[in-house]
Amino acid sequence: MGTSKGRRLTWRYPPMKKKLLHLTVNKEYHELYISPKKLLVEILRDELGLTGTKRACNTGACGACTVLLDGAAVKSCSILAMQADGAKVTTVEGLADGAELTPLQQSFLDHGAFQCGFCTSGMLMSATAFLREDPAPKDIKEGIQGNICRCTGYNSILRAIKAVAEGKYKEEGR
Amino acid sequence: MIHNFNYHQATSLKETLSLLEKCRDDYKIICGGQSLLILMRQGLVAPENLIDIKRVKEMSYIDYDPKNGLKIGAATTHREIEKSPLIKKYFPVLAEMEKNLASIQTRNWGTIGGNLAHGDPAGDPGPILIASNATVKLASLERERILPLGDFFIDIFETTLEEGELLIEIQVPILPKKTAMAYEKFNIIKNNQGIVSVAASVTMAEDGVRCKDARIVLGAAAATPLRAKKAEQMLIGKKIDTKLLAIVGKKASEESDPISDIHATETYRRFLVKNLTINVTRKAWEQAKAAG
Repeated sequence: MGTSKGRRLTWRYPPMKKKLLHLTVNKEYHELYISPKKLLVEILRDELGLTGTKRACNTGACGACTVLLDGAAVKSCSILAMQADGAKVTTVEGLADGAELTPLQQSFLDHGAFQCGFCTSGMLMSATAFLREDPAPKDIKEGIQGNICRCTGYNSILRAIKAVAEGKYKEEGR
Repeated sequence: MIHNFNYHQATSLKETLSLLEKCRDDYKIICGGQSLLILMRQGLVAPENLIDIKRVKEMSYIDYDPKNGLKIGAATTHREIEKSPLIKKYFPVLAEMEKNLASIQTRNWGTIGGNLAHGDPAGDPGPILIASNATVKLASLERERILPLGDFFIDIFETTLEEGELLIEIQVPILPKKTAMAYEKFNIIKNNQGIVSVAASVTMAEDGVRCKDARIVLGAAAATPLRAKKAEQMLIGKKIDTKLLAIVGKKASEESDPISDIHATETYRRFLVKNLTINVTRKAWEQAKAAG
């Protein structure tokens, strides 16, 4: 594949040199020495202990690891942490202000938009970014098309997002 | 598990090209990495050097001028293309294709250049860009060259990029007058890669009745995006109707060279090529008629 043209039969793996990563996660600034092969999700979960971000399929298919990178939803399992150097990351832990939930979180609770809850943080992050871009979207399904849920059948999730999009939850400075 | 590698982060095009030269023996370029990281994690790709060009801001742009058409930097993300007012205005079919490419998260980070350089025959941008006569600009320390996108793909996951060479720009010429394009992919889950995809561009002759030029490009129907040249020839100079479209679809299906895999058998893919070719060509023709 690509540029490797089978010149060598055995690979030589160099030792990984650690690099300095600057990352602002949920408004908190971090400097970490990490191996450049670490994925963003590994840094968030294993180094910073933010286990709200889930790691499920590991191939960029399920969306459970969705976080906001400089405001845009991305799959943190498909990004090298070093690529996020200097960026602002928001995880599900960064949504609520203390005990005060965001309208979307409250709506998820009210509509029972989860069963096992594994997809929920990814759903919340995708929907948050989607609604920020377009507060009254025509097609809500488009917003969570990159997120898989295996329990709810999606209907309760769509209802929860729809309620926020229709303005049933007052935006409070968010 | 991802194997160890030397990580290089480039911040300018010049730096990237020198890095490519320096690491000439064994490297992979990562930008969005939405395809590459999956392969690396599965151990299928294990480069000694990984050259990260995500920070090369000068490679991320969308320009338009009425003479030369669109110029898209290779590091432009799919989402930037999807949302760009320029693309929406001058190349709506490209914006539409991007909107149906993978998920929002993937589009936010993945790039058009990465998609093309990955060389996946099932990739979405390939067929549509070939149908629109797009060219790609490749650069190395020694030279720059421009070649038709159709010549860029060599085989499955293989491109004509030489060692030390980088895909830096995609150029889409302005569509000729009375030309319309259409693209369609067949898949089970919306926004997945197409099991088969077909792009067509049809130009209507001055008389407003006959077809002057046609390009039909098949995706996931051969080792590379494939132009169904014989099928195209059957359209040129003719009045397009249902009967002709049926023959053209059949010809495109004969020209395709699909594989059987977990998604579909070869026979089924040929069947899809036939039907999609008919649909897409008809759609493009009707649009060309309406516009002309």
